[in-house]
Amino acid sequence: MTALLEARGLVRRFGGVVALDGLDLVVDANEIVGLIGPNGSGKTTFFNVVTGIYGANAGSISFDGADITNAPARAVYQAGISRTFQRSRLCLPLSIFDNIMIGNHMRLNQGLWFNLMQRAAFKREFEENYRAARALVEVFEPELADRMFEPVAGLPMIDRRRIEICRALISAPKLLLLDEPSAGMTHDETAELMDDIMLVRERNKNLTIIIVEHEMGVIERITGRCVVLNFGRKIAEGPYRAVASDAQVQEAYLGVA
Amino acid sequence: MAGKGNQAPGMWPGVAGLAIAAAYLAALLAAEKQSVIILLLAAGIAVVVAAAWLGLFDRVSRSFADHEDAMGVVAIVSALALAVVFREDHFVLLLITTVLLYTVATLGLNIQFGYAGVLNFAGASFFGIGAYTSAVLNTHTALPHLLVLVIGGLLAALIGSLLLLPVLRTRGHYAAVVTIAFALLFKTFLEVNDVLGGPQGLQVKGMTILGWSFNDNIEIGGLSLSFYVNYLVVSLLLLVGAFVLVRRLERSWIGLNLDALRLDETAASCFGLDIARWKITAFLIGNFLIGIAGALFGMVGSFVAPNNYTFADSLLLVSILLLGGIGNPWGLVVATFIVVVVPEKLQTIQEYRFLLYALMVIGVLLFRPEGLLPRPVRRYFPGWRP
Repeated sequence: MTALLEARGLVRRFGGVVALDGLDLVVDANEIVGLIGPNGSGKTTFFNVVTGIYGANAGSISFDGADITNAPARAVYQAGISRTFQRSRLCLPLSIFDNIMIGNHMRLNQGLWFNLMQRAAFKREFEENYRAARALVEVFEPELADRMFEPVAGLPMIDRRRIEICRALISAPKLLLLDEPSAGMTHDETAELMDDIMLVRERNKNLTIIIVEHEMGVIERITGRCVVLNFGRKIAEGPYRAVASDAQVQEAYLGVA
Repeated sequence: MAGKGNQAPGMWPGVAGLAIAAAYLAALLAAEKQSVIILLLAAGIAVVVAAAWLGLFDRVSRSFADHEDAMGVVAIVSALALAVVFREDHFVLLLITTVLLYTVATLGLNIQFGYAGVLNFAGASFFGIGAYTSAVLNTHTALPHLLVLVIGGLLAALIGSLLLLPVLRTRGHYAAVVTIAFALLFKTFLEVNDVLGGPQGLQVKGMTILGWSFNDNIEIGGLSLSFYVNYLVVSLLLLVGAFVLVRRLERSWIGLNLDALRLDETAASCFGLDIARWKITAFLIGNFLIGIAGALFGMVGSFVAPNNYTFADSLLLVSILLLGGIGNPWGLVVATFIVVVVPEKLQTIQEYRFLLYALMVIGVLLFRPEGLLPRPVRRYFPGWRP
């Protein structure tokens, strides 16, 4: 096994608050890793630092052999890391297709001349991408695949989540960061969504996933390994069962007995 | 464009809508007596409200959506028909030409604000840069006048790039304040600059293309046309070009990029968007269009002065954008007609026209925040079905 993502001594401060306090985290290729911990333990901050939304105050991150510490968000995406957001960040007035295409930015021809003047070639690229996006949406919800040009604003939460995940998957990333995919959804909806994600992964064996989640059932079912954070530090690591019975972890979640 | 199934209403509702609009406009432009004009305006509002209530507009907008190219041709024919009807009326032809050129300018603003979300309160300044370019180049050089138009656009884009750094560094209202500052400085700069004529401004030589002077009246057979017909036709061509450009831009990955960065910069940058690159692209293309329109407007009016390009005029352009429907080029055509023609015909409110604009904008923001013709969801190829 080779390390796909390797964070060493990662520090991120917000004023006096230390959100990440020398975090070491290694994720191997093809793994599914659960990132858990109490509120404010630094899980989302870790995602934001990896994806370049925040800079790191200290430490290093390497991905697929290249250093991406403090790389801009754009470069991180181009290296093959896609993500979803804790609070859905879709463009609500835009259509399902448009939202998914935002995620495919690096594979679309962005030339001014191509887009404005070579409309026949543009139409071919558009149709190709339409088929790809439709096929991906069909995995999650066949009914949505017939509504590709409807605005996202009219869709229920679960469909929005599905589209957000499609947006992250359309560019065939190597690493997918899922930030609380179950937020705002029922138990059954979450289970269904996870099954769909696993289905996509079946087809694309190279997909590595890090998932932040409070729904422990999800973590137990899909992750091979868990990393527990508290106050920006790693306090435990291992299979869910082992981690869940760890005294330090129980204390972090429940307080001192 | 061949016959579709029965479910689509076809292009006839759109054609009928355009024909009625053109006929109404002709009646309004021809009317002289204030009482007749007020009656016509009231009737127009009543008909629009009734048509909206009966759902007729949905059918019209469907045929615009499905047969946009054909509708464009019908709209061009309608504009030319108006030109023929008023062939000897200098005032009306100038009014229509003004509408066409203001629409080009608002199309430029639409790329900046409607798509990229960069609010530009200096639209009239960039329009003025184009007009002053015409004044200076037509007087002092022998450059072909079509080239002068392009230079006017390029200069507007170039001088606009002075604003790029502050526009990229700030967001939302703060970027708008920067452009307001530019608009105020621009007018002062013109007033104190003697080379550019100071407060009195400059004369602009009329357009000449291949020895054909645009400022001479035309005689074709027994028919005599006002020289403004020349300008109307060129302005119409410019508008068609700008319209097609804006449409293609919207219906491409670039249009999608601009929407994405307007709606959520953080998410957009997480999917590889170079925010600065696309904001710059939108700002420059927008100013280029505004500058070309201004350069032609300078030649049409044959005179430029600082007082024609004030902050108030910039506000006028923005209010057209808000009224028409941000992001919808057809809405901009309608809104420009309303904003330019109504105060010109309704002499009684001339003095209070900014009050009228203010009321219109407040009304739109309160009751129809997406404008008269809201922007529909992007369709990359009209009539395309999966």
